[in-house]
Amino acid sequence: MNKLKFLSFGLSRPPAKARRPARRYPWLLIRSAGIRFALVYAVVFGLSAFLLAISLWYSTLGLLQRQVESAVRTDIAALLEHETIGGLPSVISAIRGRLADAGGSDGIYLLADPSGNRIAGNLDRWPVGLNNDEVWYQLPVSRNGESSIALLRAENLPDGVRLLVGRDVRARAQLSMVLQKGLIWAACLMVVLGVLGALLIRSLFRRMIGNIATTTRAIARGDLARRVPLTGLGDEFDELAVIINDMLERISRLMDGVRQVSNAIAHDLRTPITRARTRLEDAARYAREPAEMEQAIERAMLDLDGIVAVFEALLRIAEIEAGSRRAAFAVIDLAPLLRDMDELYSAVAEERGLCLQTVIQAPLPVLGDRELVQQAVANLLDNALKFSPPSTVILLTARLEESVVEISVADRGSGIAEQDRDRAMERFFRGEAARNTSGSGLGLALVVAVAQLHNGTLQLMDNHPGLRAVLCIPARG
Amino acid sequence: MRILVVEDDKDVASFVVKGLREAGHTVEHADNGRDGLFLAASENFDAIILDRMLPGGIDGLRLLETLRGQDNATPVLFLSALGQVDDRVKGLKAGGDDYLTKPFAFAELLARVEALTRRGKNDGPATRLLVGDLEMDLLSRTVRRGQHKIDLQPREFRLLEYLMRHAGQVVTRTMLLEGVWDYHFDPQTNVIDVHVSRLRQKIDKPFELPLLHTVRNAGYMLRAEEV
Repeated sequence: MNKLKFLSFGLSRPPAKARRPARRYPWLLIRSAGIRFALVYAVVFGLSAFLLAISLWYSTLGLLQRQVESAVRTDIAALLEHETIGGLPSVISAIRGRLADAGGSDGIYLLADPSGNRIAGNLDRWPVGLNNDEVWYQLPVSRNGESSIALLRAENLPDGVRLLVGRDVRARAQLSMVLQKGLIWAACLMVVLGVLGALLIRSLFRRMIGNIATTTRAIARGDLARRVPLTGLGDEFDELAVIINDMLERISRLMDGVRQVSNAIAHDLRTPITRARTRLEDAARYAREPAEMEQAIERAMLDLDGIVAVFEALLRIAEIEAGSRRAAFAVIDLAPLLRDMDELYSAVAEERGLCLQTVIQAPLPVLGDRELVQQAVANLLDNALKFSPPSTVILLTARLEESVVEISVADRGSGIAEQDRDRAMERFFRGEAARNTSGSGLGLALVVAVAQLHNGTLQLMDNHPGLRAVLCIPARG
Repeated sequence: MRILVVEDDKDVASFVVKGLREAGHTVEHADNGRDGLFLAASENFDAIILDRMLPGGIDGLRLLETLRGQDNATPVLFLSALGQVDDRVKGLKAGGDDYLTKPFAFAELLARVEALTRRGKNDGPATRLLVGDLEMDLLSRTVRRGQHKIDLQPREFRLLEYLMRHAGQVVTRTMLLEGVWDYHFDPQTNVIDVHVSRLRQKIDKPFELPLLHTVRNAGYMLRAEEV
């Protein structure tokens, strides 16, 4: 039951369930991926064990058989040589010698005349069914009244005399029995192990999928804080869990972003809109002269322009975060771009009694969007200019280090308190020092978005005193 | 100048038409793509202000593509609420000459339309620009005012060149950012004002008659006569 429940987690929405076609009953089991994996495991395990047993069987018994055959062959060859050299009597004496030597061993010999009577040997009579020469036979024989099984081969000698040489293979037959029994036991054990292994695999599988299923189901219900627990083994399931967690992390970041933006819109846009509206209504009610009216309208227009600017910055950040600009990425050299910015801003700095010092390494190749990097650096410089006390130095440096292009803008202003630095990169954050300055609180958020789009980072550091903003972008080429 | 405005929003359209007429232009107005295309194709205009999203089955992009397909090279300025970089690129690729995002200041629209028509007229490769007694030689890259040689930084030279090419017209800060620095965003800092005032120091300060004028709520204008 449990299994069927977890099976359906992907389809848990009611309409999907209703649409699901009714399956025939026996296939319900196979529809469980856990059981499928377990079955596959059992079959693979069984097959490999079976193959192992077969090869064991053949290598053991086959080897014995071949050894016996070669011994018999050698024996026959020796006896035939006796016949060539010394005729039949020599063969007879050789056989007798062998029988006497070996005592009660496995050797089986029979020398028979054309009518089948024994001339020499230890077999009572010619075995039934042994008709052809030079062919292997495995037959029951009776040796000194004792019945047994033997591997035999016959050979024709001159004058119709026939020689039979063989080996008693009763021991081999016994071994085969033992092996057979052993293999049957092994097969039973194998089935048990296979089933146990399958169950283990299924439960492992189910636990992992179960973890993911529980988490994703909780997330689907709106509990976005849940994450897939890691087993710590670093296996494929952990890998999957990490990927899913990353995805969830990104989703929740995006959700946070949306929430933050809507809060911000509610607050940061409502305020200037209210101001503009109040000004206009005030003028409509109380303005006595055209000049007064004109002034009110003009200021309201300025307010609206401010709102539009905030709005555009928000859209721009959203556009960057969506990542569609990546399609237009090209390899660009940031060095001339930064020198242009230096030229553009140093005049402004001078005007305000500040000094913009620049150290730019060249070249600084990155894969990116020139306009966005321009805007990001412009935002950092805008901030530095805004917060610098008179006659201080702003330092713009750019260098290529360990295949990262590092652009740093450092000022001597009031800086950002350490506990605020992370939040400073969020939308609409205004630091204590920035309360009374103009600005939307979106500048650094845009820089962060640009950095992330380029797989880079923005770090805010203490410049003792002041702020050092470091934008890092991976270099290319 | 004869200008065609294709814009379906009544308020925006009447505001634009009124403003353009006040600035001395002859204006035709169409409130949908079909009429707009008919007018644009059958009559001669010096410039067209075109909304992207229009009723009537033909949107701004289609209209422009059709027009360009008929070898009609009338300068077109897109005026659109679609402000993403992609939209802008699409508009310019379709054959638009400029792209202005709503909401807009009328001064910006007027300046850009007038700049467009000027661009259409003298495309010839001028080697010398002249405004009053200010003279720029584009080949030797020198600037003189009267008898005096004026030394300019490369960027100041380009700034002055842009202003001289648009002499007698209002040039807005964003136009200068785009045209001289190739920046397509507004920095929070008044970078343009600073650079223009430096340029003014060099070309106007020692002389009696100022050439570079600030136009309130709009931008700058280079002209020889008194405003």
